[in-house]
Amino acid sequence: MSEIVTETSNNGIQNSEPIVRYQKVSKSFGDIEVIKELDLDVAPAEKIGIIGPSGSGKTTLIRMLMTLEKPTSGTIEVDGELLWHKRVNGNLVPADEKHLRRVRSKVGMIFQQFNLFPHMTVLRNVTEAPIHVLGLSREEAEERAITMLEKVGLKDKLDHYPRQLSGGQQQRVAIARALVMNPKIMLFDEVTSALDPELVEEVLAVIKEIALEGNMTMLLVTHEMQFAREIADRIVFISDGRIIEQGPPEEIFENPKHERTRNFLRRFNKNN
Amino acid sequence: MWDWEFTISILPLLLEGLKITLIATFLAFGFAVVIGFLLAIARRSSVKILSLPVKAFIEFVRSTPLLAQLFFIFYVFPKFGLVLTPLVAGVLGLGLHYSTYLSEVYRSGIDSIPRGQWEAAKALNFSKARTWISIIIPQAVPPIIPVMGNYLIGMFKDTPVLSAITLVELLQTAKIIGAQSFRYLEPITMVGVIFLILSYVSSLGVQWLELRLNQR
Amino acid sequence: MPFLLKGVVVTIELTIMAAVLAFIMAFIAGFARLSKFAIVRGITQVYVEIFRGTSLLVQLFWVYFVLPFFGIELSAMMTGVLVLGLNYGAYASEVIRSSILAIPKGQTEAGIALNMSPSLIMKRIILPQALLIMLPPLGNYLIELIKSTALVLLITLHDLMFCGTMINNVTMRTTEIYSLVLIIYFLLAYPLTLAIRRLEKRLSAGRL
Repeated sequence: MSEIVTETSNNGIQNSEPIVRYQKVSKSFGDIEVIKELDLDVAPAEKIGIIGPSGSGKTTLIRMLMTLEKPTSGTIEVDGELLWHKRVNGNLVPADEKHLRRVRSKVGMIFQQFNLFPHMTVLRNVTEAPIHVLGLSREEAEERAITMLEKVGLKDKLDHYPRQLSGGQQQRVAIARALVMNPKIMLFDEVTSALDPELVEEVLAVIKEIALEGNMTMLLVTHEMQFAREIADRIVFISDGRIIEQGPPEEIFENPKHERTRNFLRRFNKNN
Repeated sequence: MWDWEFTISILPLLLEGLKITLIATFLAFGFAVVIGFLLAIARRSSVKILSLPVKAFIEFVRSTPLLAQLFFIFYVFPKFGLVLTPLVAGVLGLGLHYSTYLSEVYRSGIDSIPRGQWEAAKALNFSKARTWISIIIPQAVPPIIPVMGNYLIGMFKDTPVLSAITLVELLQTAKIIGAQSFRYLEPITMVGVIFLILSYVSSLGVQWLELRLNQR
Repeated sequence: MPFLLKGVVVTIELTIMAAVLAFIMAFIAGFARLSKFAIVRGITQVYVEIFRGTSLLVQLFWVYFVLPFFGIELSAMMTGVLVLGLNYGAYASEVIRSSILAIPKGQTEAGIALNMSPSLIMKRIILPQALLIMLPPLGNYLIELIKSTALVLLITLHDLMFCGTMINNVTMRTTEIYSLVLIIYFLLAYPLTLAIRRLEKRLSAGRL
């Protein structure tokens, strides 16, 4: 389970220091342990598709990286730096807000429910953080925002409010909003699960385009197996809070080694 | 500063005042429950000549102070030959004031019944009275019980206003004690404490009721 | 009649000052009840329960007649502003608290994902949305507050209610005076009721 990095160089990714490293990470909610001593290394620019049954802990895994959930134990490193801890005199101490914000600036996230700000127009949704977090001028922020909105095909909706957009359009705004912060690592949390079937494709197309640009590290929790197969360098199958099996998409989908992976994929194919 | 002996000596008087407060509260509540229901029915009526004045009456009563209404009842009614004792005027004023609030509560309770229930009753050829008795009221009443409980507590806390029309309830008793003994600290503080205890305990009761009704 | 109008002015003054105090108290208490420190929540809870539990008029009397025993003597106007403000602040704090809690968690999470600071999230994401939810219930409390100002008469403030009573004692034209008092209160409060209803309708129609 530890030699994963070597398996992932199928589109020219060099063996290098991982940009994300989970070490013995556990997470409990009350009595329920949803992540169990999990290890995972992610190489820079790697695209990882995280699959598994619902309740397996896959969403929790990326929410901890976004600092939305705090690990119960273990450490997470981002770009060589501890995320939830600081090293003080060789001891690990819990990180303060300042430290969290600095490390967090390298990570962005797209949510299942979009979570757009309903009281702001599309343009303000995208410029809010660049202006107030990055400190850009309004002109500069708007210029960047418009570039991003153009990329997701919504340049003509700048003055619309989220409620005036379809689910697919809202999710594309959310993608532009995350991209404009220029994170190194982007997390996708079942981003098409809340969409009507006919709107899924437009969102996936945008994500695919970002993936093809190459240099962004992406962790995608998804139920879209075909999509995961197309864009991921590596598939990680999680069940009961543990990584059961991982490897290149062809291997996982064509020739899963583990019984539970086979069961999951069989059931999944039957339902779809 | 605080005189415990004095406090204990005035307690029987205050409890006597509390008795009047509680009597006024419950009489006014009973009055409000009945009148509120009649107002709600009249407002729903399709006869405009009935529903419009009722609506205007509700709006007016809700937009003016209870105190002004009490003065009107207590001082103006006698001009038309209707002399009322402070208790009757107080119950009438307080009850009428809150009946307009309760009518809104009833209305929202009735409106919360899905249209399908009315339609189902019609499909089963129920009479109008039967529909109300067996279908609508049993469903509309449980959710509004806690709300009515809160209004009961609200009325209880508004009864001191009746002292303004010379009803010797709890606060008025305290004022009289204060005027006679020149000590306001103990009587008025004790009135506050009595109100706090009673309304806190009863609001816990309402919460408990709400929880139980939600569980069903 | 001019005498009555003077009373109207006092009533409006009292309403505005008490409303401002109530608004400030409601915000402080509303936020304090969301504090992560149990002691802050506890103290606020005590404040809210005392003012909600002990009847407004009793509070007016207490401040006006009992506080002087402790050497604190307030004018009727000051008493009215203080008590009405603290009383309605206690009630309205629940509105503030619940409106903030009503904003979906996803909004905060989106803010975190954009690396916003907690205060920025509160100021620019949560509060603007919560304020809209707060407006109708706060407006309803304002109407109740206007009505409650009448009680200050009972500690002899020369407001609308007092002036009405005074004129009555002099002229004995009871019917006209008290009817007029009722109508004036209605004219003060009812436009507000209508405004709040319009607002509520617009809000529930989804214009946010």
